[in-house]
Amino acid sequence: MCSVCGCHDTPVFDAKPAPKVPFDNVLAGNVAPHHHHYGQGAAGVSVPGLSQARLIEVETAVLSKNDALAAGNRKVLEGLGILALNLVSSPGSGKTTLLCKTIEALQGTPLAVIEGDQQTQNDADRIRATGARALQINTGKGCHLDAEMVGRAIDALRPERQSILFIENVGNLVCPAGFDLGEYAKVAILSVTEGEDKPLKYPDMFTASKLAILTKLDLAPHCDVDLDLYEANLRRVNPRIEILRLSSKTGEGMDAWLSWLKAQG
Amino acid sequence: MHEMSLVEGIRAIVMDQAAAHGFTRVTRLRLEVGRFAGVEKPALAFAWDVAMKGSPAEEAELEILDLPGQALCFDCGVTVDIAERLAPCPLCGGGKLLPQGGDEMRIKDMEVI
Repeated sequence: MCSVCGCHDTPVFDAKPAPKVPFDNVLAGNVAPHHHHYGQGAAGVSVPGLSQARLIEVETAVLSKNDALAAGNRKVLEGLGILALNLVSSPGSGKTTLLCKTIEALQGTPLAVIEGDQQTQNDADRIRATGARALQINTGKGCHLDAEMVGRAIDALRPERQSILFIENVGNLVCPAGFDLGEYAKVAILSVTEGEDKPLKYPDMFTASKLAILTKLDLAPHCDVDLDLYEANLRRVNPRIEILRLSSKTGEGMDAWLSWLKAQG
Repeated sequence: MHEMSLVEGIRAIVMDQAAAHGFTRVTRLRLEVGRFAGVEKPALAFAWDVAMKGSPAEEAELEILDLPGQALCFDCGVTVDIAERLAPCPLCGGGKLLPQGGDEMRIKDMEVI
């Protein structure tokens, strides 16, 4: 009798013994080995009345964990009356410079900064040099901040009630668009040296943003750029987007940016 | 776009579901991906093989279901189907369209044993 499934090699109603099979034939593969009556389906077992596989309806968003954590962050931030802005752009658009100038201009307004970069403390150091509180997140191989990292940063930073929290995301126009951090809004920074078609090449980030700031405006005359075309392309991918033109170097457009911040509060 | 993060998200959901439903192996997983989700399928398939090792879905077949992309046209005010993110409005030819969905990434179901 088979020790696995309890069956007999030959049907029990057959009184005749099973024919002897020479062992050499088994080794040579000429005779099917005993199969132990396992089911032939995917599970390798057979249970009367049950199919081999079952279907589980999941209907769960792939980023549901991040979205749930982001919702938690948003609740905490809104509960404290904090205006949280997620600053997104390609590397080198002038995010940190704009932040430093903004912090200088907002003297007296409570604020804190979360800095995201693959490596180094450089940006947090630049922010701290203005006197503002900053926390650096290094993502290592990661291409974006996620809600868990920001949640931990908020716990560590403990931003004040009624303050502004700037979250400077990793310089990347692709991935950060998909990861909600719990912010009030994304602000896209686009320097005028990057090319008028940047919004068309990387539409997701500009579609997800409430405001776009065209930075390095002082360089525009030297670069042969068409600022109206920048704006037209931004509105093509996001007809609702608000747009500001600004130069952190000369201060042009800074007042409009500060007014925008005030209007969000 | 961050396909490894997406697949890690799927793995976490598979583990949660395995604990909840008591299965040991996923044979097939159907993933709905919107047209504007920015998911690179070959990159997703590559990340899948790496990230699912040691999980119940290690040998699962990944099936991707494409969801259509819709956008609101700011010129004619109609929500239309568009094939590409930057395609003009098929009704009025307008070029200012705001996507309405189409960026979904959702596990629809899993076949498990």
